[in-house]
Amino acid sequence: MSIASITASSRLAGIVSPAHVISESPELSAYEIGGKRPPAVVRPGSAEEVVEIVKFAFSEKLALMPCGARTKLSMGLPPRQYDLALDLTRLARVTAYDPGDLTLAVEPGARLHELQKVLAEHKQWLPLEVPYFAQTTTGGAIASGVDTPLRQLYGTARDYVLGMEFVTGEGVAAKSGGRVVKNVTGFDMHKLMIGSMGTLGVITKINLRTFPMPVATSIFVAAFDSAARAIELRHRLLRSPLRPMSLEIFSPRAAELLASDAASAIVPAPLPSDALARRQWTLVAEFSGSEKVLARCECDFRQMAGECSATQVSAILEGAVLSIATRVREFIPIALASSAATAIMKMSVLPTRMTQLLAIAEQAAELNSLDAAAMARGLGVVYFALLPTDHGEESRRRVIQASDHILNECAKLEGNATIPWSPAEWKSALKVWGLPRADLEQMRKIKAVFDPGGILGPGRFLGGL
Amino acid sequence: MDPRLLQELKNLLGPEGVLDQPEDLLLYEYDGSVEVARPDCVVFPRNTEDVVGVVKLANKYETALVGRGAGTGLSGGALARQGGIVTVFSRMNRILEIDVENQRARVQPGVVNLDLSVAVAHTGLHFAPDPSSQKACTIGGNVSENSGGPHTLAYGVTTNHVLGLTVVLPTGEVVKLGSQAVDAPGYDLPGLFVGSEGTLALVTEITVKLTRNPESVKTLLAVYDKVDDATETVAEITRRGITPAACEMFDSWTIRAVEEYVHAGYPIGAKALLLIDVDGLREAVEADAAEVAEICKLHHAVEVRVARDAAERDLLWKGRKNAFGAVGRISPTYYAMDGVIPRTKLPETLRRLEKIGKKYGFEIGNIFHAGDGNLHPLIPFNGRDRDEFRRAIAAGTEIIRTCIDMGGAITGEHGVGMEKDHLMPYLFTAEDLALMHRLHDAFNPSGLLNPGKVLPSAKACGEIYTRPAQSGQSNAPAVSSTSSPHA
Repeated sequence: MSIASITASSRLAGIVSPAHVISESPELSAYEIGGKRPPAVVRPGSAEEVVEIVKFAFSEKLALMPCGARTKLSMGLPPRQYDLALDLTRLARVTAYDPGDLTLAVEPGARLHELQKVLAEHKQWLPLEVPYFAQTTTGGAIASGVDTPLRQLYGTARDYVLGMEFVTGEGVAAKSGGRVVKNVTGFDMHKLMIGSMGTLGVITKINLRTFPMPVATSIFVAAFDSAARAIELRHRLLRSPLRPMSLEIFSPRAAELLASDAASAIVPAPLPSDALARRQWTLVAEFSGSEKVLARCECDFRQMAGECSATQVSAILEGAVLSIATRVREFIPIALASSAATAIMKMSVLPTRMTQLLAIAEQAAELNSLDAAAMARGLGVVYFALLPTDHGEESRRRVIQASDHILNECAKLEGNATIPWSPAEWKSALKVWGLPRADLEQMRKIKAVFDPGGILGPGRFLGGL
Repeated sequence: MDPRLLQELKNLLGPEGVLDQPEDLLLYEYDGSVEVARPDCVVFPRNTEDVVGVVKLANKYETALVGRGAGTGLSGGALARQGGIVTVFSRMNRILEIDVENQRARVQPGVVNLDLSVAVAHTGLHFAPDPSSQKACTIGGNVSENSGGPHTLAYGVTTNHVLGLTVVLPTGEVVKLGSQAVDAPGYDLPGLFVGSEGTLALVTEITVKLTRNPESVKTLLAVYDKVDDATETVAEITRRGITPAACEMFDSWTIRAVEEYVHAGYPIGAKALLLIDVDGLREAVEADAAEVAEICKLHHAVEVRVARDAAERDLLWKGRKNAFGAVGRISPTYYAMDGVIPRTKLPETLRRLEKIGKKYGFEIGNIFHAGDGNLHPLIPFNGRDRDEFRRAIAAGTEIIRTCIDMGGAITGEHGVGMEKDHLMPYLFTAEDLALMHRLHDAFNPSGLLNPGKVLPSAKACGEIYTRPAQSGQSNAPAVSSTSSPHA
């Protein structure tokens, strides 16, 4: 350890007590981002401590990364400089919960699955069921901006985060929004924090709208011999009066991954062998409501699937519902575990262009002799996992070539594309944040307001912010 | 105003694109609020390039520039508080694109809210934000104020329906924010700009989501002898996890006002009414409507009426949508407030509002979005009585303080504008406001755009507020400035 970091550690210990400062190597490795290990980790126990820590870091020009369960730190670019990990898992209280108003205030370190237990006592829940759900903290889910299958019905965090408290890169505690379900008072700064990956502020409290838990849900699955037919069913379902909670389309390879050993290692709940058809494009949709509503959904779903020439239509039986819904939710970690060097692109296009985008992506993978798996959400978001056989130079070259091609083609479709996940050592050669964006200059202005010293995860975000 | 600026504006927009005669400007010194401020001139750009030209001229002559849609806003957002140029978007009112399959529309800011829903009605889609002024208000105005409406309870406010914006920054730069697809990478720029009340940029194009019409809708009208019974009903509906599409409440004063004007069939003499929409799949609506009716009865509703058909439903809603006009008939000058509270605090808050009314000598009317706790107390006052105007403002401030005490916010959908900027310090710390100021200055450093809005000026913090001498009116027959108590 350098003299400088010893001094830093002792200063930090003055803020949070020595027990909550880690400067020993073995523990530090758990905080690595892209192979970069921070010299120290600090675990504040209050928002006031966060303020003190950030003020100190700001004055010493120490680059820090806020983190929770650290399941999504591999997204984006590694920080240019990484002096301190700010572990927020001790800030884990539910500070207010008004079930009658369906509102909640929670600290960022609260684990989502524990939060759901609190809400379940009042038959409520948060539709923030993101990948790595079992470990993820509320702050991590929101700061990373990852989406969930449930966005089909409930929207994304920006639709149900009501307000936030955060600490800016200068160590100033600030807030925006409130804890009421409708509010237009002042600038919606909390919306900027969502998906900012900790580069604008350290979130210290999140106010959320909660939702009544569905009385019952059903999952229906339809298999097709082409992506076009599966997407045609998507169009029909969303033109119909049905309101699915989730709607995902899996490529044949992706459907296979959901049923793989890699998936079972991540989601131990067993999946009946006949739940997903082999070598088929598969649409999985979940519906909620009363028995009558679900019967109606099944009837309409079967009819529409038939009209789209589905080769197989099934209702998932009760015992398997949780397993399949969880595997759909955990597609990202499943894909990451399915190759030694998975790279996952996230793209969004108008839903009518998904068929074309999927064809382009599949073709690019094939041309580069890469195994690949796709998951398309009903709202026009496509995750495309490139699954090379190894970490080698040739695999790297192929992934770069395929992803570059897909990025360019996606832009022609007026879509958005990034590569949030890939082997760390490939990130510098991949267009992690996609093609240059015309609105980058406006984002730069925002970064300069919230983090003028550039100490919050420098370089992690789009445009090197 | 510098005559050279006026000439340059006329050169840019044509003589028909600029108003500068005092009698023409009169109309633009009002919006739907009780505020008044006269612009130096009003311009009507035809396209984004015109807007860029206007912005550049405003810069050249260092003149304030304020965007304006239909002027139905209720917080003075579209008024030229410090004079200058008001930019009205009525000539930019084209729907540029409707994409039925992808449920998108691209519109110019001057498109009237309801016109978009009418234009797509045959496709089974609609634009979900539905402010009560939707027959007049523009989507550009909705974007600036992040407008709500009765049905935002289930469907969300404007920001939940905006995907992309083309904006002209105060530098004259044209920037596209967001994208037509969901999840544009990077910071959520549309999320910041929607609801920034025209203080960061002028919006010249908007990409919105269109929402599928529900298969079935049932409208219920529940009648109460006691206000508490109605508020308790709302709390229980929320508690039971039913999300109606809309849940509106009227008190006796507004019931009478509305019924005498609209003849919607509201029972005059009732102490409170709830107007509730449930929508969705047929099967779900049947069950939800039955449960809502049961809850209403449980809380002593003396009558629960279910609209039999679309015509009856439209009539019941006509009462709600025309309520402000109805109030205007009784009291041409009134102060339409906007505050939000947790829904569990509804009964207590309404009791406190009644007390505030008594204290200041007003019968405060209440008509509001009960389902999301968004209150709209109406304070009728005599616009010719200077003292009464002051008391109305004082009562209004106390109402807003009450909302804050209850854990709420100072505006649910009308915006801060110039009405409530002085109340911001009650809700936000100096640090919060300083950060908002910096964010504002990052885009609008010289305060060219809509100066004096949203954020309190530094000297106003903690200072006792004295209102500029003006009269009030709201969505009612115009009160000329000569009738002002301060004229």
